[in-house]
Amino acid sequence: MKVLVAVKRVVDHNVKVRVLADGSDVDIGSAKRAMNPFDEIAVEEAVRLKEAGVASEVVVVSCGVAACQDTLRSALAMGADRAVLVDTAAELQPLAVARLLHALCEREQPQLVICGKQAIDDDAGQTGQMLAALLDWPQATNASKLLPGDGQIEVTREIDGGSEVLALTLPAVVTTDLRLNEPRFVSLPNLMKAKKKPVDSVTPESLGVDVAPHLRTLRMAPPPTRAPGVRVDSVAQLMERLRAEAQVI
Amino acid sequence: MRILVMAEHDNAVLQPVTLHAVTAALQCGGEIDLLVAGHDCAAVVGQARRIAGVARVLHADAAHYADQLAEPLAELLRAVLAGAADQYTHVVAAAGGFARNLLPRVAARLGVAPITDAVRIESPDTFVRPIYAGNVLVTVQSLDALKVLTVRATAFAAAPTGGDCPVLPLAAATDPACSRLIARQQVQGGRPDLGSARVVVSGGRALGSADNFRRLLEPLADSLNAALGASRAAVDAGFVGNDSQVGQTGRVVAPELYIAVGISGAIQHVAGMKDSRVIVAINQDADAPIFGIADYGLVADLFEAVPALTRELAAARTSAKAA
Repeated sequence: MKVLVAVKRVVDHNVKVRVLADGSDVDIGSAKRAMNPFDEIAVEEAVRLKEAGVASEVVVVSCGVAACQDTLRSALAMGADRAVLVDTAAELQPLAVARLLHALCEREQPQLVICGKQAIDDDAGQTGQMLAALLDWPQATNASKLLPGDGQIEVTREIDGGSEVLALTLPAVVTTDLRLNEPRFVSLPNLMKAKKKPVDSVTPESLGVDVAPHLRTLRMAPPPTRAPGVRVDSVAQLMERLRAEAQVI
Repeated sequence: MRILVMAEHDNAVLQPVTLHAVTAALQCGGEIDLLVAGHDCAAVVGQARRIAGVARVLHADAAHYADQLAEPLAELLRAVLAGAADQYTHVVAAAGGFARNLLPRVAARLGVAPITDAVRIESPDTFVRPIYAGNVLVTVQSLDALKVLTVRATAFAAAPTGGDCPVLPLAAATDPACSRLIARQQVQGGRPDLGSARVVVSGGRALGSADNFRRLLEPLADSLNAALGASRAAVDAGFVGNDSQVGQTGRVVAPELYIAVGISGAIQHVAGMKDSRVIVAINQDADAPIFGIADYGLVADLFEAVPALTRELAAARTSAKAA
């Protein structure tokens, strides 16, 4: 089966972002960028399905500016077969991305789509579910195990306070959680090979998708800071503070 | 203006987060309809109709709602929202695993952009939500006629009970029958739920092993009637299951007291607990970032400090009982 994986280029998760003084945006101009960590897990899972002989082809898709090609090359170096860039400088909100992926799925006809459960920049956690809705396919979010079968897939997913196993009729959309796998380290030879793999480019216009934002960003602000804390010297002092001052025990 | 709040439940008990979602919905302004969709869930309907501020409980009962799967519930919500004579302006639910699975699906069906994890309602169309692991608060205005939002339960008080509203039975929508629940495991420990506990004790990688994690933290949690949490590092190291993970991509908690044991304080963890009222950090590394947000920091070997703290708490409890 053909597997499509959506990847997003985000600020590296080790970078601490700051709000610009005028509150209009975050200051990430020269910050290091990387593939969204959950999308990396998605690519890894798709490549493992291919190595296991379950997937016939792994197609990776990214939506955004030309620099997203770097993210697609990283996915190709991990073992994806080919890539598609939806090339646009427009601000893309999750609904727009879901619509773009929907259009690409109609073109590519994958049996399985894997997305990260959330992007670490907007923390929205919406795209996979929205794509499943637009396709009218079943969904399993927060997946920690995939077991593809004949015409269906069994997915173990993380839920609040535990886990559950779902059987989904294929085609389906799955979003990844942390325990699904450990993404591989990309070797230099594979990085070189990835340069030869095909990257197609399309635009929202060519896909017939309107990407106009539905949410207007009014302002950004840092969260309120906490009052400075105190260091205590011993467990006894800690007990005393918690009892007399904080009154929590 | 009518607002639809999605009740979270297991067919027997209404989840307390629903009460917080009702408060957020009331702040959006409008009459609240609470939707209880399930199977043989009369007890939940009984609890739901007593929430103060709820005008009506809509009750849909069908076998295909028993497992609370996203596909049939999204169909139901779409039918309710599209079929209402008096148009709904908002759909609201608490931002846990349940609603985060369901509401984006509903929103996409209706062609609107959902808003995840709102922590403040500024006006009926303007909401504040955290991004970048809680390092930035963004204020967004929805341009859609219908606002679909999940709200962070800890940012809104629980609605009081004491109401008594009518129940309106609803016809079930079609079952898409494209997904099926095979098994569900909830961790049963007799401990309070992580999302609503008054006290949370969390452990990090410094505990060294699953055995140490249990041996040191369970007695401490027991002495405080606390929920047990963990950093992602502790989860990755296999000390506890992912359902205990507190952080940007795990559970977001804001208890009265949060005790971080052997946790360095990566921004992803801090995003999940920094709104706790009192934060205690116990860590051997005096430079650990967790001390930057802790109200009380103890630089100490956790293998000595935690048992000592547990003993002191037990002694304090005994003396309180004696008195």
